[in-house]
Amino acid sequence: MRDQLPLLLGVLPFGLIFGALAVSAGVPPLAAQGFSLIIFAGSAQFIAATMVGSGALPGVIVFTVLMVNLRHALYSASLAPHLAHLSRRWKLALSWLLTDEAFAIASARYRRGDLAQAHWYLLGTGMTLWASWQVSTSLGIALGTRLPEDLPLDFALPLTFLAILRPNLVDAPSWTAAAAGGLLAVLLGGLPFKLGLVVASIAAVGIGLAVHQVRHRADANA
Amino acid sequence: MPERSIWVVVVLGGLATYLIRLSFIALIPHERLPAQFREGLRFIPPAVLSAIVLPELVLRDGALALSLDNHRLIAGVVAALVAWRTRSTWLTIGAGLLALVLLSLL
Repeated sequence: MRDQLPLLLGVLPFGLIFGALAVSAGVPPLAAQGFSLIIFAGSAQFIAATMVGSGALPGVIVFTVLMVNLRHALYSASLAPHLAHLSRRWKLALSWLLTDEAFAIASARYRRGDLAQAHWYLLGTGMTLWASWQVSTSLGIALGTRLPEDLPLDFALPLTFLAILRPNLVDAPSWTAAAAGGLLAVLLGGLPFKLGLVVASIAAVGIGLAVHQVRHRADANA
Repeated sequence: MPERSIWVVVVLGGLATYLIRLSFIALIPHERLPAQFREGLRFIPPAVLSAIVLPELVLRDGALALSLDNHRLIAGVVAALVAWRTRSTWLTIGAGLLALVLLSLL
């Protein structure tokens, strides 16, 4: 709970804003809640609700949601070895809860060791994030547009990711992967469907791996 | 858009998202993946976290904003320095939010 308080601080204003944005885009209240209940992915929900408002075709919106959420495949790949020993039911449940925030928490948790009970920890944090996303969406729907525009609390979200990034920087390859990921994401920021994030991340993983292998070979030759 | 179409978007969008999240955890067996792929997995957290954070700091409305007027960039640099020195999540977030609030008061 302590570990995810800053994340909740950042998630709550996003949920509020999503709820308000969805109803102002013409999504009926129940369906707006349905977005949070069933899709449960902040940025994809924002884009989908906006597209409903602008009258895009349903197929196009679903395709956009798919593209925006492709980055979750990276999270899935990263966590898969840690979850491999769990039952099918556990895998289904933890996958359901796998958001940006849950992944950040999970990657920090698996660095800490003591892994036997880690899946319970992931379930607890995932369900807390899910519940706060539902509550904040409902509040946003109820309050509608009576919300202040620019809440600085949303800045807690990138700050938390920044704090979790730090312990991941342990050697030259991981530093290279982080530097490449950040720079490429900025350069590719203009790509549609937030694809810049996915392309930048995959390229950065490849670059980190290349640096790792070059060093490995240098060590072997020394 | 009729309410029924919105629900179609919700259900299909949710299904697509869930299948993506399930992909490597439950659909594709880990042993079948090439060794190089498995070796690369440990670079996913640094690559993705950095790719999420940096654009949040240096882009404003999609354009590069590397000036002192970009309060989020300055607050982010402060937070990065605190993260670098202390490795504490709480101090990092506290310092970043405090810096952002102080800058907005200037």
